Amino acid sequence: MDIYEKFARTMTRRSFLGRTTTGIGSMALASMMNRGAFAEDQALRGRHHAPKAKRVIHLYMAGGPSHLETFDYKPKLGEMNGQPMPESFTKGQPIAQLQGAKLTCFAPQHAFKRYGKNGVEMAEIFPKLGAVADDICIVRSLVTEQINHDPAHTFMNTGTSISGRPSMGSWLWYGLGAETDNLPGFVVLTSSGRGGQNQPIATRQWSSGFIPSKYQGVHFRSQGEPVMYLGNPGGVTAQRQRDVIDSVDSLNQIHQDSVDDPEIATRISQYEMAFRMQSSVPALMDLKDESEETLKLYGTKGADGSFAANCLLARRLAERGVRFIQLYHRDWDHHGNVKGDTKLKAEEVDGPCAALITDLKRRGMLDETLILYGGEFGRTPMAQGSGRDHHIKGFSCWLAGGGIQGGLMHGATDELGYHAAEDIVHVHDLHATMLHLLGIDHKRLTFKFQGRDFRLTDVHGNVVRKILA
Amino acid sequence: MRRQLIAALVLLPLAPAAAEPGLEDASPLPVTVEFNRDIRPILSENCYKCHGPDPKTREAKLRFDTKEGIFAALDEGHLAVAPGNLKKSALWGRVTTKAKDDVMPPPKSGKKLTPREISLLGKWIEQGAPWQGHWAFIPVQRPAVPSVRHPAWVRTPIDAFILARLEREGLLPSPEADPITLIRRLSFDLTGLPPAAADVEDLVRSPEHNYERAVDRLLASPHYGERMALMWLDLVRFADSRGYHSDNPRNVGPFRDYVISAFNENMPFDKFTEEQLAGDLLPNATLRQKVASGYNKLNLTTEEGGAQAKEYEAKTAADRVRNASGVWMGATMGCCECHDHKFDPFTTKDFYRFAAFFADIKEGAISDGDKGIYVPTDSQAVEMKKLEDQIAGLKKTLETPTPALAAAQAEWEKTALQAAPWTVVEPESVKAKDGTEFLVEEDGSVIATGKTVAKDTYTVVLQIPMEKATALRLEALTWPTLPKSGPGRGSSGNFVLSAFSAKSGDKAVALAHASADHSQDQFPVATALDSKKNSGWAVSPELGKEHTAVFEFKEPFGKGPSTALTVTLDFRSNQNDHTLGRFRFSVTDDAKPAAGVTVPAKVRGILEADAEKRTDAQKKDLAAHYRTIAPLLDPVRADLAAIEKKNEEYLKTIRRCLVSAAESTPRTVRILPRGNWLDATGEVVKSGVPHFMRQVESGEKRASRLDLAHWLASRDNPLTARVFVNRLWKMCFGTGISKRLDDLGAQGEWPVHPELLDAMAVDFMEDGWNVKNAVKRIVMSAAYRQDSKPSKALRERDPYNRLVACQSRWRLDAEVVRDTALAISGLLVPTIGGDSVKPFQPRGYWSFLNFPTREWENDKGEAAYRRGLYTWWQRTFIHPSLMAFDAPNREECCAERARSNIPQQALVLLNDPTYVECARAFADGIRKEGGATPVEKIAWAFQRAVSRMPVDREIAVLADVQARHLEQYKTDPKAAEQALTTGKFQPPKEGDAAEAASWVSVARVLLNLHETITRE
Repeated sequence: MDIYEKFARTMTRRSFLGRTTTGIGSMALASMMNRGAFAEDQALRGRHHAPKAKRVIHLYMAGGPSHLETFDYKPKLGEMNGQPMPESFTKGQPIAQLQGAKLTCFAPQHAFKRYGKNGVEMAEIFPKLGAVADDICIVRSLVTEQINHDPAHTFMNTGTSISGRPSMGSWLWYGLGAETDNLPGFVVLTSSGRGGQNQPIATRQWSSGFIPSKYQGVHFRSQGEPVMYLGNPGGVTAQRQRDVIDSVDSLNQIHQDSVDDPEIATRISQYEMAFRMQSSVPALMDLKDESEETLKLYGTKGADGSFAANCLLARRLAERGVRFIQLYHRDWDHHGNVKGDTKLKAEEVDGPCAALITDLKRRGMLDETLILYGGEFGRTPMAQGSGRDHHIKGFSCWLAGGGIQGGLMHGATDELGYHAAEDIVHVHDLHATMLHLLGIDHKRLTFKFQGRDFRLTDVHGNVVRKILA
Repeated sequence: MRRQLIAALVLLPLAPAAAEPGLEDASPLPVTVEFNRDIRPILSENCYKCHGPDPKTREAKLRFDTKEGIFAALDEGHLAVAPGNLKKSALWGRVTTKAKDDVMPPPKSGKKLTPREISLLGKWIEQGAPWQGHWAFIPVQRPAVPSVRHPAWVRTPIDAFILARLEREGLLPSPEADPITLIRRLSFDLTGLPPAAADVEDLVRSPEHNYERAVDRLLASPHYGERMALMWLDLVRFADSRGYHSDNPRNVGPFRDYVISAFNENMPFDKFTEEQLAGDLLPNATLRQKVASGYNKLNLTTEEGGAQAKEYEAKTAADRVRNASGVWMGATMGCCECHDHKFDPFTTKDFYRFAAFFADIKEGAISDGDKGIYVPTDSQAVEMKKLEDQIAGLKKTLETPTPALAAAQAEWEKTALQAAPWTVVEPESVKAKDGTEFLVEEDGSVIATGKTVAKDTYTVVLQIPMEKATALRLEALTWPTLPKSGPGRGSSGNFVLSAFSAKSGDKAVALAHASADHSQDQFPVATALDSKKNSGWAVSPELGKEHTAVFEFKEPFGKGPSTALTVTLDFRSNQNDHTLGRFRFSVTDDAKPAAGVTVPAKVRGILEADAEKRTDAQKKDLAAHYRTIAPLLDPVRADLAAIEKKNEEYLKTIRRCLVSAAESTPRTVRILPRGNWLDATGEVVKSGVPHFMRQVESGEKRASRLDLAHWLASRDNPLTARVFVNRLWKMCFGTGISKRLDDLGAQGEWPVHPELLDAMAVDFMEDGWNVKNAVKRIVMSAAYRQDSKPSKALRERDPYNRLVACQSRWRLDAEVVRDTALAISGLLVPTIGGDSVKPFQPRGYWSFLNFPTREWENDKGEAAYRRGLYTWWQRTFIHPSLMAFDAPNREECCAERARSNIPQQALVLLNDPTYVECARAFADGIRKEGGATPVEKIAWAFQRAVSRMPVDREIAVLADVQARHLEQYKTDPKAAEQALTTGKFQPPKEGDAAEAASWVSVARVLLNLHETITRE
């Protein structure tokens, strides 16, 4: 035991994750990074200017939500319902499932309404979000480059469709560290919709790519153990597990005395972190200590894997200092029945999203939390039966919280909702803006790989200053 | 003698560390100054910032990174560098001047040349300033082995290179590691497994004498091939699934076996290269060579609806360029998809020319349903041949005319065209499930109309106007407004009738037989009656024509003048947009309802014409047709059907592998401007290698993948051998001689020991690309055998151990972590090869996979205890236990895995049921074999885990936890029982459960040790 105590004194319980941000000796750091391969790149990390937000909650509506039934009202498209889509819009453009088909205009399937002091326009299927419209900035001029789900997700997360690059959560954790010493800095939660259009999502989406894998997102699952292999084996109590870890630590320390390998010190600290996670993660996932009123606000009875429950968990993760919290809600791929299915989705997310904003605000955390809501692409103004096809030339997202001007509508698509036309915001710009709000110059957060300094924004990206508070 | 010498060496004080590592150097100048070795590092470090490749920071328009720049003419007859003339060399003047305003580098840059560096520059100019291109692109030449001051340390030429550098740096090598560390190191490096106890003993007995024997034994072990495959499979991105979107499985298992066996057989690397890139193109390619060519199919593929073929053709081409150039050339050609390379001489055109090598590979860009070729074992091949022969024999019988058949045919001809009398039945109602609407015409036919649907089911109610009807006739009819005039409603004009059924009231009416005038290949009408959803009747390529199918009732149907019959037509195959556009029903009570209907048009023509005037060809066609229906041949057909069914079942048991095959006409490859696949304005290019390297000579012929393979693995290719031996070095020292294993270009790292790298590359090539010899040369060196405990001073001086003044230590690769636990516990099933296995994985991990949704089925029995490299590799969801230890997803070439140290690793080793089960099996061994007393048992267990004996302090830690947990489990028998249940391992129960459980705790501790999972 004395060895452990000695170790505990020297390391302090605020070990590893907290310490990487505050800077430690180059040797120890070199060992915690992949030895040799990565260590020289440390100098570039840290904040470049005062941040507006400390963390990001990304409400990722996976499948490609229609902007035309949610946040981008196009009355002209309604007038032209059933008429051929003018070729001037579509000629030479990439098309997914509508390849070779006749292209006809398809009217917006939901009525829109103006909400809040500034009259922010949203579909009526989002009444609760409407009630907090003054905190929301809708971007209606987003564009991306990939038209199929899998590469488009990769593009939204990493800024490229080529596999092997770090996701934005990993970049942020790598750049800023985390403010927790018993949870990972990048946590992913997932939920499925009731509509049966649940497109697959790969673990690549929260991969750390070529930056050290300790920065990979950790998926907290709603079924089974929240983190893989979190629970003790049968017959092993918390105390017995403690005993085993103490013995491991002691033996590692004895070996360390003879070989003096800094990697061993890291190993010991990671066993401590693992042990803390074994209690901190279940505590996080257990919503017992939330009030009845809060549960009602979000619309959940407990950690049931729903989007509502995940929104509440997102707040709890934010409170605990997690840097990047990403909630995937699938089922937005409405090739058919876009009317009924967007309504179904809105019923699932409207209340919880509004609750998250309300709850963060009343706890004084909204100002320091950046919320980003959106999908990997939008949907065509043209009909695909009763639905819409994938669309990348103009779609919507919204942001709220730290450093964002609420009650704003930024950018616009053309009159039929096809091309982003005013104040175009590329995914790279969104990334640049997000990093900016967290105090990072997107051009200076780099990582050397294959001889080149890589960035989240590659060689692109401009901060969207007009939406900043 | 040798050990004493080393001990003496170690006692020598270290020379004072230089301000800049490796630069302060008092050794004599080389006889011949070499630009790359001696001059370029000086220029790069001190000059390139202002006089290098970046035009934005370039001063005075001077650059020293190109030949033109170095020898550029300046004012007053000066050159930047004038070969052989110091006076006329501006560079020399500026580095030697005393004038503060003129001296280079400028003092404010904080850089200053050392006297030795200045002397080197001077000597180089005097020797004529010979210039060299980037080191990796110039031919590999054998360098002279350097002389050293302490030759006694040198075991192999490798050591001379290492020691010469150390001596220059004022450093000393480390002592040889102890034999236990050595045998563990060798065993992990060469086989990926911890050493057997006997192997440890053998080396301990006589380290000097038995070392080479140990090396030879490990190189001969079948596990050597597995270990080498670990490296290779990462490079070529071997995985069991497609990668994109649905990430469905694909058949590639035999490729892994190929890699393992190729390394085990020590296949020369040039042949290994040739077989993978172009095995299918080799004359008389063997099955194994075809399997090797599966390399070309390891790229990511998609099945996503809405994926565009052109886009994925471009993605696939780029994927292949990135991979092949990375694997063999250590080049980052992927950068050139959109623009010329920023640092290396590769151009966009080079990229697309390289891509064109692969443009002959037969494949569909999207949803390629390729299942691969059969890869039978030898005995399976015999059985396959037997079945094939039987089938061929029966087919031959079916095709052979006999007098008896001729006689029967003559009888048949008399009535062949006598069609049964058919009565058209106008439907009482027609309905569709998914929205198709219908118009009933006066002729009783039905036309599908309304919105277009992907799939549908038609329900038709008919009133059968006769007693004892024998068959229904379905006519698929044309109509002018249908695409291609029909009969299908979709754009192709075709339809797939996936199911056809009838019922009366609620009762199914059995249909015995279906026949048609024409069925599309693979879509026979009979399959409309089977239960398979994805089969059915289709009529391509006979489109725009009317077709007839006859469905015979099993029992005559119909009572009285009108009996209702509900007929259901399903169009629900995987083929969307394949419903029927126009159709009509008729009935008959004739005894031979199919007669006449099923006579194909061609045969009908022959029968209708004058029999006397038949040509020989017509006679042959007629006889051939008759044999397909001759009752005399019914038994043969039945035999054939049975044997074909048997064959089909048998083939399911045989492994398959994706392989490449060449199209006779390769795809056209264009340069895509800025990588944009929508832009078809780019120049069309032919296959070829990078423009600045020696070109492939294929004459008039298109340069093929075979040419590429030969070009890569040729003596004068500057990259391939350097890349490969650099990776072997990394495997044995933890870091490459040039650190960036995937980039030997300008942005890669200048090799720490360029001459050593070249010496090894030359040896490798001139030794016939012999891989085992190359590995052996490395591990036999004194450098390899050093211990891995650097002094503090050495660590500060050379923190990344690039100068190799000691060995390195690192955590084992993901798969080897698993293998080690299994080996220690005794659970390992060491079978070599075979398809991927599914060891334990938590349920629900695949819940985000879709199309279709899937669940991982944990394997039982031996498959649960195989080595990690056989684990099923699902690209979008890598096994979480391997992923925690940095197993890559194998979507891209991975030359160097991350080596992280994260909490998830602790959770895996502590709690993953696989490791808990290992601990249980290990504990069982400890109790049965470990000796009598707890201390003996602990010593036995410790040695089994890390090969060495524990010290007293270590024994005390383990004894403490064992004793404590024994007491606890005694008072908590239920917990003790629980501790003994994880996993399938169930040894006969012996003795006390509490005691057994306490040893599980000890075993868990040992399996979790840093030392257990570290190669030292």
